[in-house]
Amino acid sequence: MKGKRDWLKLHAVLVYVFLYLPILILIVLSFNSSRTSAVWKGFTLNWYVKLFQNRLLWEAVQNSLIIATATALIATTLGTAAALSLHRRQIRGRLWVEGLLYLPLVLPDIVLGVGALVLFTALGVGLGLGTMLAAHVGTSISYVVLVLRARLADMDQRLEEAARDLGATPWQTLWHVTLPLLAPGILAAVLLSFTLSLDDFILSFFTAGPGSTTLPLRIYGMMKTGLTPEVNALSTVMVLVTGIATTLYLRLTQNRI
Amino acid sequence: MLAPTILWLLALVAAPLVLMLLYSFAARISPDSPWPQGLTLEHYARLADPLYLRIFIRSILQAGLATFFSLLLGYPLAYYIARSPLHKRGRLLLLVVIPFWTNFLVRTYALMVLLRAQGVINSILTATGLISEPLNLLYNEAAVQVGLVYTLLPLLILPLYSNLEKLDARLISAAQDLGAGPFATFWNVTWPLSLPGVLVGCMMVFISAFGMYLVPDLMGGAKSIMVGNLIQNQFLQARNWPFGAAVALALAGVALVVALLVQRAGGLDGGEVRR
Repeated sequence: MKGKRDWLKLHAVLVYVFLYLPILILIVLSFNSSRTSAVWKGFTLNWYVKLFQNRLLWEAVQNSLIIATATALIATTLGTAAALSLHRRQIRGRLWVEGLLYLPLVLPDIVLGVGALVLFTALGVGLGLGTMLAAHVGTSISYVVLVLRARLADMDQRLEEAARDLGATPWQTLWHVTLPLLAPGILAAVLLSFTLSLDDFILSFFTAGPGSTTLPLRIYGMMKTGLTPEVNALSTVMVLVTGIATTLYLRLTQNRI
Repeated sequence: MLAPTILWLLALVAAPLVLMLLYSFAARISPDSPWPQGLTLEHYARLADPLYLRIFIRSILQAGLATFFSLLLGYPLAYYIARSPLHKRGRLLLLVVIPFWTNFLVRTYALMVLLRAQGVINSILTATGLISEPLNLLYNEAAVQVGLVYTLLPLLILPLYSNLEKLDARLISAAQDLGAGPFATFWNVTWPLSLPGVLVGCMMVFISAFGMYLVPDLMGGAKSIMVGNLIQNQFLQARNWPFGAAVALALAGVALVVALLVQRAGGLDGGEVRR
């Protein structure tokens, strides 16, 4: 048994190395003073300075934050309402509703992306922040509903029943019992839809218009024009932000109801 | 309050699919109206053209291989994490979740830095005198395969872990008490019980790889493009929307069939996929 566990451990270490080595190298190279080569030529913070002076990049960050915040608010509000309805009531055509909610989880992003492009073009809607937001919300809602329904299924039904037995109206039960119990789940849903939107490339790629470039679109543009050390620096910043956000998210979701 | 969600999904997910269906049968699109006109099956017939058929076959092979390698790398890791002491599990899992949440472009970029002509691997090999000319590690099918496995591996590990975590350790002890060796125990107890997790994980890797745009776009060459790149090309460069719509719907069809098969096999019961 001991031997088997050792092999598993070695395998685990190797897979973690595979996952992290490229990222670690990228972080090291973001401090390398050589512009073109991967050979170490000395320490510099030059690329970070360049990064923070890049006006286009800051515009992209701003757009990304606007879209992600709006997506998180709309998707979580609508998704929470939907999850509560599905949890509570008998609904006609439930199978169709479930199918519709599953579609964005199963369909490849590129299908949703070109679909949105076709829709907006057919309707004659100009592409921009608005179209991008509509597309982002369209996919995020399904994830929000998925997360919240799992929470609701885990929740102790008797607490709601007790509130009703003690004379609370349905609204009072919702406001004073269900929603407070669901709060960690709602917060997790906000973070999830925020991150999904912030990370999204494909949907934005097909629904962005002039002036609505997001951060991933800007990074893509920078990668297409050549691998520059500024991208190394930018990637390092993003890895750091992700690490912190992920730790926070897991903290929140592990406080299960 | 289900209506707003339903309406949003109908407008942004269902309606585009219906529109694309209309486009995929359109004989022509006049320049002054975005609406499709006429009726033809030629765009679907074109899918059988060897040029496009090859792209579909390549995508299926690449996605299948990526699923296989992800399972090979991911299953033992998921098992290792699930069997670790409780206080270690959270940290080990976090190490899988962080790459998963790290921006997709950043992860692809990290691999490109490693593999490109003036990249880390070629620099080390040149410096040690093992090679005189840089190797072509990027812009081919192998690079795309590495990129797919690297970026999609966490998609398999996470659902598989949440399945293996729930596996009752007493069943394994029971098998061992009854005289089963490690291999027999794994094959007759652990593996069958973990199949729902395996199915969901494999499905997520396969569907994501099959419809992948970014990895072949950035790490592949002209000869390694996949279905996602064909769709992008038809919509944004060739401007042949009817054919692009037919390709997109074929891709959607494959994804839906795979998802339904997995659901039928019991993989999606409870639908718990942890992100």
